[in-house]
Amino acid sequence: MKKRSLIPILYIAFLMLPIYWLVAMSFKTTNEILSGFSLFPQSFTLENYVTIFTDPTWYWGYINSIIYVSLNTVISLAVALPAAYAFSRYRFLGDKTLFFWLLTNRMAPAAVFALPFFQLYSAVELFDTHIAVALAHCLFNIPLAVWILEGFMSGVPKELDETAYVDGYSFPRFFTTIFLPSIKAGVGVAAFFCFMFSWVELLLAKTLTSVEAKPIAATMTRTASSAGYELGLLAAAGTLTIIPGAIVIYFVRNYIAKGFALGRV
Amino acid sequence: MRTQNNKAWFFVLPVLLLVAFNALIPMMTVVNYSVQETFGNNVFFWEGLRWFEELLNSDRFHAALGRQFLFTGLILLIEVPLGIIIALSMPRKGPWVPVCLVLMALPMLIPWNVVGAMWNIFTLPDIGLLGYLMNTTLGIEYDMTQSPFAAWATIITMDVWHWTSLVVLLSYAGLVSIPDAYYQAAKIDGASPFKVFRYIQLPKMKQVLTIAILLRFMDSFNIYTEVFVLTGGGPGNSTTLLSIDLVKIALGQFDLGPAAAMSLIYFAITLLVSWLFYTLMTKDDAK
Repeated sequence: MKKRSLIPILYIAFLMLPIYWLVAMSFKTTNEILSGFSLFPQSFTLENYVTIFTDPTWYWGYINSIIYVSLNTVISLAVALPAAYAFSRYRFLGDKTLFFWLLTNRMAPAAVFALPFFQLYSAVELFDTHIAVALAHCLFNIPLAVWILEGFMSGVPKELDETAYVDGYSFPRFFTTIFLPSIKAGVGVAAFFCFMFSWVELLLAKTLTSVEAKPIAATMTRTASSAGYELGLLAAAGTLTIIPGAIVIYFVRNYIAKGFALGRV
Repeated sequence: MRTQNNKAWFFVLPVLLLVAFNALIPMMTVVNYSVQETFGNNVFFWEGLRWFEELLNSDRFHAALGRQFLFTGLILLIEVPLGIIIALSMPRKGPWVPVCLVLMALPMLIPWNVVGAMWNIFTLPDIGLLGYLMNTTLGIEYDMTQSPFAAWATIITMDVWHWTSLVVLLSYAGLVSIPDAYYQAAKIDGASPFKVFRYIQLPKMKQVLTIAILLRFMDSFNIYTEVFVLTGGGPGNSTTLLSIDLVKIALGQFDLGPAAAMSLIYFAITLLVSWLFYTLMTKDDAK
C-alpha cells in the first residue's frame, strides 16, 4: 500500500460518515434518538421501514418519483439522439448559436422558473401529473444529453456512416442497427445523467405536483414539518432515496469517469 | 469534416420545440411580471423599470449577492484544488478503481433535500455524530442555529462533501487519457513530480477542468434546496443566498414584480460570469 493512496481512502471515509449516520439513525427507535447520543443502534428496529412500505402516502412517493424520472429519461434521449447526430455530423444555419442557447438553459436557476412553470403547466392542464415533471426536467436534461451524446458521436469516424450508405442502408436502419450500438456507452452515460438530475431535483418537482404525482422527497419535507420530529422515519426515507442512484451507477461504473468528462477526453 | 446540410434542422426540431416550450414561455412570463405591479385578482399596472432600479439600489439585494459570491468563491477555491489532489493520488488501474469511483459518485446521486436533511441529522448538537464530537468530545461550541460562523462552515463542508467528486471524476478522466509514454519520457529527462504535473498532467486536464469549473460555478451559484433545508437561510439572514432570498420574495411575500426583476438580473449575472470564465479559460486554444 503506497502512502499516497491514503488520500482517496480518507476522502471516501469523509464521504461515508454522514451517509453512515443517516443509515444508523434509520434503524433506531424514536426513544433512542431522543434519549441521547449512541454510535450504533442500541435497540435495532425495522419499524421505520415497515411504516414506509405499508403507508401508501409514503411508498407512492417512490413510485411517483420513479415514474417521472423514467419518463424524463426516455423523452430526453429520444429527442436528443437525432439532434446530437445533427450537431456532430452536419453544419447548418445557426448551429453554433443554437448549441450555445441550449446550454444556457443549464444555467437557469430553478428558483427563477418555479412560479412561471406552475402557471404554464396549470394553463395546459398538466398540473400534478407525472408528465408535467418529466417535461419540466427536460429543460436542463435535454441540453446535457445533447452535449454528452454529441461528444461520444464525434468520436465515431464519419467513414462508418458513408460505408453504410454505400452498402445500401437506409438512414433509420443504419442509425438503429449500426450507429446506436457503436455509441452504446454514450447512450448509457446520457441516460445515467438524465436519471441523476431528474432524481435529485426537487424544487420544480415539488412546485408542479400536489397529490397525484408528489415525489418522495416532497413527502419527506411535508412529513417532517407536519408530524413533528420523527427523525428515524425521515432517516429511513432518506436512506431509501440513495438506493436507486446506487443501482444505476453500478451499471455505468466503467464509463463514469469518461461520462463525467462528457465524452471529451 | 462536417458537411453543410440545412435539412439537419429537422433532426434538431423536437429538441428545439421542447426546450423552447420550457424556456421561452416562462421567461416571457418573468419579463412580463418584471415591469408591472399587481395587487392580486389579475389586475396589473405598468411600472416600467421601477423594480430594476429599486433592486439595484437595495441593500438587501447587495447583501444577498455578496453572500452568494462569497459562497461560490470559497467553493471553487476549496473544491477545485482538492479535487485535483485526490485525482492525482488515485490508482490509474486495478480492481479498486471502479469501487473508488462508485463510492465517490454516490453523494451526487442523493436528492438535494435529502442531502440537507442528512447534514442536519449529522450536525445536531447533542445527537448528531459531528455535533456530538465537536461539543462533547472536543469541547468546541458548535451549533449552527446560533452561530453564523458555524452555519457557514457547515454549508461549505456540505457542498465540499456533495460536489468535490465531480472535480475528482473529471480530472481523473483527463489523467487516465495520458499515454504511459509521456511519463517514461519525463522520467528519462529527469523531470521532478512538480514539472510532470505542470507540463504533462495539467495541460491534459485543462479541457475537463474547464467543464468542472463551469459546472461548479453554475450549480453553486444556483444552489437552493440543500442550504434551505439545512439552515433555512439563518441564523438571521447570514446564509440567505441569492436563490433563497428570491424564493422568499416570490413565494413568501408574493411580490411578483420585484421577484421577476431579481430573477432576470440573477440569470444575467450567471450567464455573464459563465461566459467570462469560458472565454478566459479557452483563450489559449483559439490562438
